Amino acid sequence: MATTELVKGVRATRSTIALKLAMAASGIIFILFVLLHMYGNLKAFAGHDAYNEYAEHLRTLGTPMLPRSGALWIIRAVLIVSLIVHVAAAVALWRRASRARSTKYQVKKNVASSLSSRTMRWGGLTILLFVIWHLLQFTIVKIDITDGSTGNEDPFNLLYNAFHGSAWWMTVIYLLAMIALGFHLHHGTFSSLQTLGMTNTATSRARARIAGWAVAIVIAGGFSLVPLFIAFGVITK
Amino acid sequence: MNLTLKIWRQANATAAGAMHTYTLDGVSSDMSFLEMLDLLNEQLLHQGEEPIAFDSDCREGICGMCSLMINGQAHGPEVTTTCQLHMRSFNDGDTITIEPWRADPFPVVKDLIVDRSAFDRIIANGGYISANTGSAPEANSVPAPRDKAQRAFNVATCIGCGACVAACPNGSASLFLGAKITHLGELPQGQPERYSRVATMIAQHDHEGFGGCTNIGECAAACPKEIPLDVISQLNKDLRDSIKQGY
Repeated sequence: MATTELVKGVRATRSTIALKLAMAASGIIFILFVLLHMYGNLKAFAGHDAYNEYAEHLRTLGTPMLPRSGALWIIRAVLIVSLIVHVAAAVALWRRASRARSTKYQVKKNVASSLSSRTMRWGGLTILLFVIWHLLQFTIVKIDITDGSTGNEDPFNLLYNAFHGSAWWMTVIYLLAMIALGFHLHHGTFSSLQTLGMTNTATSRARARIAGWAVAIVIAGGFSLVPLFIAFGVITK
Repeated sequence: MNLTLKIWRQANATAAGAMHTYTLDGVSSDMSFLEMLDLLNEQLLHQGEEPIAFDSDCREGICGMCSLMINGQAHGPEVTTTCQLHMRSFNDGDTITIEPWRADPFPVVKDLIVDRSAFDRIIANGGYISANTGSAPEANSVPAPRDKAQRAFNVATCIGCGACVAACPNGSASLFLGAKITHLGELPQGQPERYSRVATMIAQHDHEGFGGCTNIGECAAACPKEIPLDVISQLNKDLRDSIKQGY
């Protein structure tokens, strides 16, 4: 795609960096969301009633100023918009990257990049597929995998049945998804800080790397606790 | 040292290329990598074969002309340019794979030579300061803070060799771009055009077909001048400011 002319009529907002900024901003919204989501999940340790009460609070949040579930729908709308922005920018950049090197190297060594940084795209796709299943299971269809019934309105029982007893494979799926999420957050956190221009020195870059580790471990670890503790019978009905 | 060399051969820009295998005896560990290729070319000439085309100029690591992907690493296993890489970094009996930089904005001209004029066009589209000709201004009339001057100088060591693009899995030239943006943007003389510069240079970068940066860091590790990854952060910051300023 080599050219000979200089570009005229430049718009900074049309650049690949603008796409990256959109990815960083939407990614940070996701990080804030998963932090809140993880906190809510940990309510499972407080038992059936506390967990369901939290779920109900999400619906009454902001009432009576907002209608029932109003705040929840605002959060959902922000997340849906963020998802569209994040995925659209990722697809555009992925296509650019594959066009930028149509002839591959016979031998290519990676010397500095982390595994997490090299698996952002396929890892992101994995998380997207997982999120679709996760929403079907707990939000849209509310599938109880023990008997295949749908429309189950008791959040704690739905959670419990998903990971208890015979459903060990569901625990494995969720743990694998959390590994994918941890990888994605490990590089994503660092990358978003770098994209936002906040790593202009070696020290701030090192801090951003630590932030990546912290966010990945806290979120992926925190999420993994509930399925594991249900599977091993620590959390009971 | 005896070596087996797997080298990309391509007759011209439009011909299909392929890897060719050569054996080379009598390589001294004191030879530079390019002298080793010179030796191979002498052997090829004696055999009546077309010598392998590769870029080189100063051969002292300052011009940015030499390139070569050596065993999957830009400029080979050491943090230096290919001309300053010596055969003591390899062992007798090694097989060495040599490829040109692979990036569509750097089309192969012949064998191991690629056309890097995309970099020249990025520079032409903003990578400069406008200064009036005439007598040189009094140097002390434009104070430059020492730390900023130091940073500008450190990244001005970029020789535009293209190793960052070659090493990047996305084929992005962000490290090159970041080095130029930081070098000019840190100095007082670079301020008047600071925000238009970043917008036009990134636009030219994108137009040439380079990929976007995913902050992976292979570029900084491949850079023979050890330009750090923070220049890409600076580039991103300046672009964000440029959007705010309406470019």
